[in-house]
Amino acid sequence: MSDVVIAGVGQIPVGEHWDVSLRSQAVRAVLAAIKDAGGLKPQAMYIGNLLAPTVSHQSNLGALLPDWSNLTGIEGITVEAAGASGGGAFRLGYLAVASGFVDTAVVVGVEKITDVVGPELERAIAESTDYDYELAQGLTLTAQAGLVMQLYLHQYKPPREAFAAFPMLAHENAVGNPFAMYRKPISQKAYDSAPMVSEPVNLMDMAPYADGAAAVVLTRRDLVPDSVSHPLVKVSGSSVASDTLALHDRSDPLAFDAARLSVEGACRQAGILPQDVDFFELTDAFSIYAVLSLEAAGFAPRGEGWKLGLDGTLRRDGKLPILTMGGFKARGNPLGAAGVYQIVEAALQLRGEAGSNQIPNARRALVQNLGGPASTAVAHVLERVNG
Amino acid sequence: MENPRHWRIRKQRYALVGEVCPHCEVKIFPPRDVCPNCGGEAKTQFAFSGKGTVFSFTVMNDAPAGYEKNLPYAVALVKLEEGPIVTAQLTDLGDQPVEIGMPVEMVTRRIRDDGDEKGIIVYGYKFRPAFASQH
Ligand SMILES: [Zn+2]
Repeated sequence: MSDVVIAGVGQIPVGEHWDVSLRSQAVRAVLAAIKDAGGLKPQAMYIGNLLAPTVSHQSNLGALLPDWSNLTGIEGITVEAAGASGGGAFRLGYLAVASGFVDTAVVVGVEKITDVVGPELERAIAESTDYDYELAQGLTLTAQAGLVMQLYLHQYKPPREAFAAFPMLAHENAVGNPFAMYRKPISQKAYDSAPMVSEPVNLMDMAPYADGAAAVVLTRRDLVPDSVSHPLVKVSGSSVASDTLALHDRSDPLAFDAARLSVEGACRQAGILPQDVDFFELTDAFSIYAVLSLEAAGFAPRGEGWKLGLDGTLRRDGKLPILTMGGFKARGNPLGAAGVYQIVEAALQLRGEAGSNQIPNARRALVQNLGGPASTAVAHVLERVNG
Repeated sequence: MENPRHWRIRKQRYALVGEVCPHCEVKIFPPRDVCPNCGGEAKTQFAFSGKGTVFSFTVMNDAPAGYEKNLPYAVALVKLEEGPIVTAQLTDLGDQPVEIGMPVEMVTRRIRDDGDEKGIIVYGYKFRPAFASQH
């Protein structure tokens, strides 16, 4: 069977788009991706989104977005997997094209955060926890991260300030990404004095929720139009795993089993080991989750993932670059769209189009999108197509 | 209105009623259709003692709608004496700092209040510090 390739990518800047609607955000990303794919017409649209039904009071995006993209008639389905919705939609697009049932699919992740503000938004987002037994106690995603980080600090006793490495790296890398929300470096001092949000998680440990939309066009390699001159990126591994929804139902909340399983599955399919990748786009929705993702993927022993932040390993010129375009922390976290942003960013790196952020000779990427505290984990291996 | 939903889980909220698995005897909270330990059908009710220890905790400064009045509040993973872990707010802390391993016991309190407009007030379990002598 012909390779499944990313023929085109599109994104809008992440930010607070008070003047742009949910549907306009999505349509702009979709049209940009189709244009980048040489005008290839999709037969299906897979949409990653979390909040539209609660925040924008809009469901059935599977009809709305093809309609407003002037693609009425095609297959359209929304995927919801909390913060992993975008990765999940990409997985569905991959399966559709790989199966041969769909020639070309467009995958779009879209999130409209700013249709509500404050506690109502917190509650809408927290509905992705266990509503009866977590949100009912006033828990939020940030509080979940607080529980995890507190346990980590207690169990492994890392220096508290070591976690600063992750937001600092994200901000440093976002400077060169024109689509990122915060393009300014931050200092250790700023981290150390950041206000506490959900102890021990401070404001710099959490990625800001923001509006955004990103899209990719997936097709078979033999269907890519001749007019497409940029390098192609193939999907060589794809895997999704789930864990308990509620954090309290895990005997070991620091294990991030789904994160481990998804990496193992994607790498097995690609015929590689995790250490064979040139960079790793992980989910730093909270700095502790970046640490646990590194450990779950096997890049560090349990309890030692934080050390990778200190020795330069994770920088763009290091052995295992992460968050190469700013990550969730500095690009911004458009929840259901974030997983597609990760794919777009990795594809740009692999195409050699990451500008001042370019990782030299980037040939292979591991991309992982988490929903909640790795309640859902989606992993993909992407590779530059030679020639 | 969500009244049927709150009514449905009232036994869990007011009395920590879970299950004991008839096959492997593991204690389950909240009740499930399938035992997470052995995969057998779970249906035998079991009332937990309400005693446990703090497994982890956080102090929240931002709250979801309906919970703002309590801010700032502490939420913990409480490991119940019988095994399961529950998520619950801590209460009656006074000046006492929260610590992992701290003994706690269940009390029933108001856990959510949407104010006058919607008029939904939800009561349920919270946990307060337990005297060491009780353990
Ligand atoms: Zn059992």
